[in-house]
Amino acid sequence: MAIDNQVMARVAHLARLQIDDRDGAELSRRLNDILGMVDQLQQADVDAVEPLSHPLDVSQPLRADRVEEQDLRERVLQLAPASEDGCFLVPRVIE
Amino acid sequence: MHDKTLTELKAGLLAGDFSARELAEHFLARIEARDGALNSFITVTAEQALQQADAADRAIAAGEQRLLTGLPIAHKDIFCTEGVRTSCGSRMLDNFVAPYTATVVEKMAAEGAVMLGKTNMDEFAMGSSNETSYYGPVKNPWDTSRVPGGSSGGAAASLAARLAAGSTGTDTGGSIRQPAALNNLTGLKPTYGRVSRWGMIAFASSLDQAGPLGLSAADCALMLQAMAGHDSKDSTCLDQPVDDYLAALDQNIDGLRIGVPEEFFPENLDGAIAESSHEAMRELEKQGARLVKISLPSVTLSVPAYYVIAPAEASSNLSRYDGVRFGYRCENPRDLEDLYKRSRSEGFGEEVKRRILVGTYALSAGYYDAYYKRAQKVRRLIRDEFVQAFKKVDVIMGPTTPETAFPLGAKADDPINMYMADVFTIAVNLAGLPALSMPSGFINGLPTGTQVIGNYFQEGRILNVAHRYQQATDWHKRIPGAFQ
Repeated sequence: MAIDNQVMARVAHLARLQIDDRDGAELSRRLNDILGMVDQLQQADVDAVEPLSHPLDVSQPLRADRVEEQDLRERVLQLAPASEDGCFLVPRVIE
Repeated sequence: MHDKTLTELKAGLLAGDFSARELAEHFLARIEARDGALNSFITVTAEQALQQADAADRAIAAGEQRLLTGLPIAHKDIFCTEGVRTSCGSRMLDNFVAPYTATVVEKMAAEGAVMLGKTNMDEFAMGSSNETSYYGPVKNPWDTSRVPGGSSGGAAASLAARLAAGSTGTDTGGSIRQPAALNNLTGLKPTYGRVSRWGMIAFASSLDQAGPLGLSAADCALMLQAMAGHDSKDSTCLDQPVDDYLAALDQNIDGLRIGVPEEFFPENLDGAIAESSHEAMRELEKQGARLVKISLPSVTLSVPAYYVIAPAEASSNLSRYDGVRFGYRCENPRDLEDLYKRSRSEGFGEEVKRRILVGTYALSAGYYDAYYKRAQKVRRLIRDEFVQAFKKVDVIMGPTTPETAFPLGAKADDPINMYMADVFTIAVNLAGLPALSMPSGFINGLPTGTQVIGNYFQEGRILNVAHRYQQATDWHKRIPGAFQ
């Protein structure tokens, strides 16, 4: 499946990236090259194979539901580009 | 002092030949004087280093020398360090000072290591040449017109130039082993889950693993001993006892079975690269090892499988950089959507954006089965072939890279050609196995490396093989002429 301008615009929106029309054509070409290379995967006979996500097939461990983290609110908010009254600030969403 | 290995420096500190402070001052002065030519450090932490060195001297005086007491180490700028900027080579995190320290950094500090600074890297570890860094490319100390490899390019260049005595790196598709090969170093990627990923900025979480780069296998063993172990803060970190890697180094390799996969010596491989690895295996044969021809047919699909799985995981991991909670935010956003899109587009570099787009596409509705799921199935094929092979052999060997260090800019406009730099290293990440690269000679004055792959948790065995090889050869002792 080739990536045309329309597909590119949709994927860029999903990724919340802004692609200039100027760069779009070049980027589509690059992505199509990469997908072309990746298409070698179609050669593999994997009908009877289960997908592998952890190389050692380990599942996630469980732990007791106890609060172990310290309260880092003040230190974490200091990292934010903008904050107020203990909250992250973003542009107005609801008029 | 800078021409000594960590192991030698450790003995020198204990014998009182020099103090940890003298050692730290010596390396800091070398960074100051020489790093202009390399750009291997993003941040130098002189004040902290001297404090840690003074503490090390007090510990040594009190007879409390630990594994790494007083040894000057550089950390890749992907490990979070409380109070010191962690940029991950990106404009996105140019202003980011983590409120906590990565487990790897903490464990090494607890063993007495002195942190000299944070090393340059490809942006978010996405690259094989250290040219995608927001802070500019790193140069290879063997030839400053060439790349040091990547993504741990600063870690490798600083160590090869003896601006640090040991380095940490991370390896998602070859990012420790490939730069180790291109800089005449020993670099080890441990078994997936052997070392905690907590505080290590995520690229592709099912592949990322931290490990050491050193001047010898013995130095890597020393650092790995401090880095490895279970950490409840990383749910993928495995609760397995840590072997005594230093004790494993000198073991006899008589009868060792070395698997030689035909896929690691393809017909189009540079003859000099192939010969370097064959020669390394002949040396091990002299010590009693036996070569066994094997085949791993699915590893030829490693690069395509990786370039679905890694970008898919990256697109998910990097969605956290939204301009809201930390990191870069664009000026004067019109609305929330504009804030997200411009912060991300201005904060990320080209290669990172490319991989996010590929990953987003591969995970999007209608394509998931054709790309991501299929790649995960191929991943199992690759893993299973290694598991079968390790029933017949103890280690698997071949070249680390298909070529020596290439000129800066040579592949910058050709992503697929760049991706092929990791053709021999990627399968190991997909399978989650431990592997190292060791220096195995020079081609036209440039270093080349041979890879030794072990079975799960056999870090001690591959370090043993590399150490025995290094007892019989001196490639790893060579220092780039301009940085003697």
